[in-house]
Amino acid sequence: MTTEQKRKIEGFIALALSTLAAILGLFWLVFILGDVLVHGLKALNLSLFINDPSPPGTEGGGLRNAFVGQLIITFFATLIGVPIGVLGGTFLAEYARGRKIARIISILSDIMVSVPSIVIGTFIYAVLVRPLGHFSGWAGAVALAIIMIPVVLRTTEDMLSLVPWTLREAAFALGAPYYKVITQVVYRGAATGILTGILLSIARVAGETAPLLFTSFNNSFFSLNMKQPISSLTVTIFQYAMGPYDTWHEQAWAAAFVITIFILILTITGRLIIKWRYR
Amino acid sequence: MLEQIELRVKGLNFYYSGGIHALKQIDLPIHSKQVTALIGPSGCGKTTLLRCFNRMHDLYPGNRYEGEIYFVKDNILSPDTDLISLRSRVGMVFQKPTPFPMSIFDNIAYGLKLKGIKKRAELSERVEKALVHAALWDEAKDKLNASAYDLSGGQQQRLVIARALAVNPEVLLFDEPTSALDPISTSKIEELFDTIKKEITIIIVTHNMQQAARISDWTGFMMLGELIEFGKTDKIFTTPSEKLTEDYITGRFG
Repeated sequence: MTTEQKRKIEGFIALALSTLAAILGLFWLVFILGDVLVHGLKALNLSLFINDPSPPGTEGGGLRNAFVGQLIITFFATLIGVPIGVLGGTFLAEYARGRKIARIISILSDIMVSVPSIVIGTFIYAVLVRPLGHFSGWAGAVALAIIMIPVVLRTTEDMLSLVPWTLREAAFALGAPYYKVITQVVYRGAATGILTGILLSIARVAGETAPLLFTSFNNSFFSLNMKQPISSLTVTIFQYAMGPYDTWHEQAWAAAFVITIFILILTITGRLIIKWRYR
Repeated sequence: MLEQIELRVKGLNFYYSGGIHALKQIDLPIHSKQVTALIGPSGCGKTTLLRCFNRMHDLYPGNRYEGEIYFVKDNILSPDTDLISLRSRVGMVFQKPTPFPMSIFDNIAYGLKLKGIKKRAELSERVEKALVHAALWDEAKDKLNASAYDLSGGQQQRLVIARALAVNPEVLLFDEPTSALDPISTSKIEELFDTIKKEITIIIVTHNMQQAARISDWTGFMMLGELIEFGKTDKIFTTPSEKLTEDYITGRFG
């Protein structure tokens, strides 16, 4: 066999293997999304959004409490996590730039990103739920915020590092103090990147179940009280899917459909911003 | 006419954080409202010297100055120097255009706002004045709210000059301001120097010896961190007293 033939065969094998891998990956993705789409759409109706759950086993009712609870928890998680993440990322990229401490914090947050979320759930259970004696919306929001922080922090750090140093020097050369250089020039240059990171981090936590199971738990009734257990879509899906009633299964499918679409929209928006900004 | 000295460098040594001795015993007068060019081969320390005048080196830890630079009466290398006020008196224009990610108007208004000017009418007036001064007004007047990145490279550099002029500095430092530009943009910026120097003292670092000869009144030739020769530009380029200077300007090395 000539080397040329050998190379052709090697090329063909590599192509075949990678194509196969891609098809295998895509198959499950399409399968899951398709399943959620088909079952979810079938169960989707207006009552789901405007009614609270009816007694177990009975027809009708909805998941208004879970939708609203999910939104509240995510909102407060964002409120806690984003400022800490953005300021932390600013510290790493600006004030601690090039220092050992920045490197260490970066590595630690990379590890944090890959820590299983259930670990964070049990951690908050130990420090917030147990001492207070009950599950609460706040505990859920804090757990989600902790998951968001390393994501936002690293994105902010990366995006700020992409802003050229000459731009900062130009602002300094006009007599600007450092905090004004950061807030008025560097943030502007990195704004879309940071915003994308925030959107993607919200998408990340919106699908979390484990940390909420240990913190905000669940509530069959409509509640806006963050000091009490509060319902969320993901925990409701978990509970309903495991439950014995067909109506629960249908509603779980519908809820899964809604949350998938929600996360999909966030992710696509994030990607579109990147594409629009860096075209 | 008695020529005034705006800045006087005395026995300046500069060390980068790694310990590199980048400037050696520099003595140099900078004449008020004239153009002083610093020339020399790459790595000779001319940009390092330029960045001493607005203490840009202070942004990076570990850099060290020795000696004095008198700005009129005050030694700006003294630790008591208020860098913010120094930098608003000594502006700088960099090699690559550095427009901020904001509109053309806001770019120029930025320095003014730092000085505490808030009134829209005054801002508009000073922005227009700066743009006229930097010969960009005709090209930019209809798109003041457009992003500064919509301008061409040469226009961006004039925008940055306008931004630096807007805050009425006493000295402007130029670090190879035209080396990233095409010849037409370069000549537009060179023309600016004649008008700007009526009000402002200019120090320019350039790789381009023709440029130094065209626009400067005084020239300093540097090599390996030392100032080899300083004098009137005509003299430096026609009858230099140092052999090294002659070799460099005749293109024998560098």
